[in-house]
Amino acid sequence: MHELSLSSAIVNTVVKHARDRRVTVVSLRVGALRQVVPDTLEFYFEFVARGSVCEGAVLEQELVAAVLRCQGCEHEWAIEIPAFRCPECGGSDVAIAAGNEFEVESIEVEEAECIGQR
Amino acid sequence: MHRTKVRIVEDALDANNTIAGANRVDFDRAGVTVINFMSAPGAGKTTLLERVVTDLPGVRVGVLEGDVEGSMDADRLAALHIPVTQLNTNAGFGGECHLDANMVRSAIPSLALDEIDLLLVENVGNLVCPAEFRIGEDARVMVTAITEGEDKPLKYPLMFRACELVIVNKIDLLPHLDFDLEKLLYNIDAVHPDVETIVLSARTGQGLEPWREWLMGTAARTNQEAIA
Repeated sequence: MHELSLSSAIVNTVVKHARDRRVTVVSLRVGALRQVVPDTLEFYFEFVARGSVCEGAVLEQELVAAVLRCQGCEHEWAIEIPAFRCPECGGSDVAIAAGNEFEVESIEVEEAECIGQR
Repeated sequence: MHRTKVRIVEDALDANNTIAGANRVDFDRAGVTVINFMSAPGAGKTTLLERVVTDLPGVRVGVLEGDVEGSMDADRLAALHIPVTQLNTNAGFGGECHLDANMVRSAIPSLALDEIDLLLVENVGNLVCPAEFRIGEDARVMVTAITEGEDKPLKYPLMFRACELVIVNKIDLLPHLDFDLEKLLYNIDAVHPDVETIVLSARTGQGLEPWREWLMGTAARTNQEAIA
């Protein structure tokens, strides 16, 4: 259900960088720990994008698997279930090495041919 | 017309985090400690606040109430003669299910920060979105009621990780439920190892003292940090 709020955050980020150019593709990196449902995000994105430069843009989502690293014993492991204690040493000081991303990686924009403008 | 790829690499929540940072500066400048209080609907947030807000010696408390609609919770707290500000989120996109930094920012002028030391922000009841949006708080507290079941940490790890304290409420109902408290605490520790927990009943008052002490301690500690 947070996909609606997240879609608005994506559109706001893209609009800021698009500088009034029409956006055709938005590429996103989404960490597994963000609990984002790709289809739902796509559905809301299309809806929220209406009336903005993102209207009609394709939303590409790259899923980043979750990897944790124990700060105590430096053990690194991939998780698929939410278990954040280190399976090697039982430590609680565990950092998220990957899987927490929610980044707009890049956008593709339409540019008017600008001969002699640079 | 041609197409260009523009590399951005920006957290989509950066804009919110920037505003949250500005809120934090305002709160620190006023010497106000801010707690973001989150839970599912009906976990007992308002009752938990009612039970302690008038019992914190030397700490002047204010409340910011976030609700999609209405002012029932704000009215309950205002009856205790503390400053309460209501923030309804229904002016947003179809009724936002959480508070974000910008909504809190819009409420700052009406908060009378110079008259309080501790601002308790009661977020919209929801176990998902509030976890994503910082508001400029010093600490985040989430409440889970035992009526919600032992499995909730595993289903909503984002929320159980996005807090510095987990309150387990409604333990007066333990004799009436098929509920395994140890299992809940085990699941909380699995998703957020070593997170502080307080087990209590807002209704009977059992276990309220550690909650009161936590608020007193957090208010004192963050004030010192702001001065340093």
